[in-house]
Amino acid sequence: MITIGQFWHALWLSLVVSGLATVISALIGIPLGTLLSEFDFRGKGAVLTVVHTFMALPPVVVGVFTFLIIMRSGPLGSIGIVYTPAAMVLVQVILAAPIVTGFTHASLQVVDPRLGLAARSLGATRMQAVLVKMREARPGLIAAIIAGFGRVIAEVGAVTIVGGAISSQTDTLTTLVVKLTRQGQPGLSLLVGAVLLFIALIVNIFLTRLQADRGKRKVQERVTGYVS
Amino acid sequence: MERLEVQQGEVLAVLGPSGSGKSVLLRTLNLLERPSGGTVRFYGQDVTGLEGRERTAVTRRMAMVFQDPLLFHGTVAGNVAYGLKVRKVAAEERAGRVANMLAGVGLGDRSGAYVQSLSGGEAQRVAVARALVIEPEVLLLDEPFANLDAPTRHTLQEETRDILRDRGMTAVFVTHDQDEASRMGDRILVLHDGSIAQEGGAREIFYRPATEFVARFVGMSNLYEGLVEACEEGLARVSVQGRGLFAVAEIDCGEKVKVGIRPEDVTLVPADEVDRPTSSMNSFTGKVTDVEARGPVARVTVACPFPLVAAITTRSLDELEIAGGAEIGVRFKATALVVFGEAE
Repeated sequence: MITIGQFWHALWLSLVVSGLATVISALIGIPLGTLLSEFDFRGKGAVLTVVHTFMALPPVVVGVFTFLIIMRSGPLGSIGIVYTPAAMVLVQVILAAPIVTGFTHASLQVVDPRLGLAARSLGATRMQAVLVKMREARPGLIAAIIAGFGRVIAEVGAVTIVGGAISSQTDTLTTLVVKLTRQGQPGLSLLVGAVLLFIALIVNIFLTRLQADRGKRKVQERVTGYVS
Repeated sequence: MERLEVQQGEVLAVLGPSGSGKSVLLRTLNLLERPSGGTVRFYGQDVTGLEGRERTAVTRRMAMVFQDPLLFHGTVAGNVAYGLKVRKVAAEERAGRVANMLAGVGLGDRSGAYVQSLSGGEAQRVAVARALVIEPEVLLLDEPFANLDAPTRHTLQEETRDILRDRGMTAVFVTHDQDEASRMGDRILVLHDGSIAQEGGAREIFYRPATEFVARFVGMSNLYEGLVEACEEGLARVSVQGRGLFAVAEIDCGEKVKVGIRPEDVTLVPADEVDRPTSSMNSFTGKVTDVEARGPVARVTVACPFPLVAAITTRSLDELEIAGGAEIGVRFKATALVVFGEAE
């Protein structure tokens, strides 16, 4: 039997773990994707291939692999994160960061490179020129974050393996769905699934609003410091 | 080694066909590209291959306008403010300068408009304003009006020229259009295959082209090989396909040369008037072989026996009742016939 307390805990944990994993993935993936798009260095092709392959990593495989490393007798067993939310965040970052990286790279690739040139010709430093291109790619960058969040919030295999799906400890909404189905409660299971969908909806509405143009007023205020 | 120099306060027009290296030249001057050889000097200081902060310090004294507006996503004001923002100009001053600049280019009421809503002419006007607002010491313009329709282009050429002159701004204006080059530049430099083919004032380039390439490029479409038969006191007689043509030139007898004449310098008169006294030393008759009327200007080809093209107004064409096969008088001055270089 699953109590309402267990449900609230799973909901809260899902949000915290996936939210944190998405933020960390964005902090890794956006700079890395930008680096891959805007700068040339040796081995760049190989890095891109790895990133693209990791975008299709099977979650259970990542789960098992991470588990083998962080389990008590594993190489990083001493840090003691196995069966904790920290392990779940780690495994989700491994799943989401390549997606954010790949999408960031792809969306910067379609920005007219001459915009960077135009920025530099107006006195921008190299970094400032890259920022101009990132601003042009903003819808793509937000899509990258949406895709990253989408991957981890819906994920069940990897978090079960490293988190253990312990009730009121490491259960997420997805692991709860699995449990409820196994316990012969498909109705409740679907209900939890609906909550999961609702979260995805809310997060996407929020991110899509960011993706759209900010109000005219706001933009003008930001760039010229006044509103006419 | 070839040397290109732009004086302070001067507008240098760089004229050349596609692929002659015009854009590369500008990007090199703007330190966006590193030259494979040679040096870039700015106020005498070697700035070739500068990097990082030093490079930025130099490039911040210049600005560039491209063939496409290349506006950033956002509003007109946001774009014009960009160069000031990266220079950390305070918000209040920035707003004032942006507003003044936009009013100056007739876009005062479009300040809050999104760039997607602008017409081609407006967008390029914003691009020019975005560069000018910085008050750069050197403005680099890479065929900025090439993609605009003729009336808009002319308006923008005039406005930009006035702004450059008023402010005494140093500028390098790249174009493939000879009219634009003569309109915008105090001086013209013709580029051919990455080398300087000629440098000088518009008159010099158009009427005294240094090479056959320059002659063709600036519209001197009548070009012939000839032999210098006589030359005294700066007046040469050059034989072109058996006809002696007079040219004002200091050149040795017996030399093989190229001669050229602009179609606009050839006058057509009725055949029976060709013997009347005139200041044109070259005066003879020929048969009309082709008439091509293009808008207000007509091009008439006359067999002299070499094909000579004359550009006359369509009105003159009608008045002279010129038709294919008719006999017509041809006149041009000895000063109009340009002798340049040796025939190959």
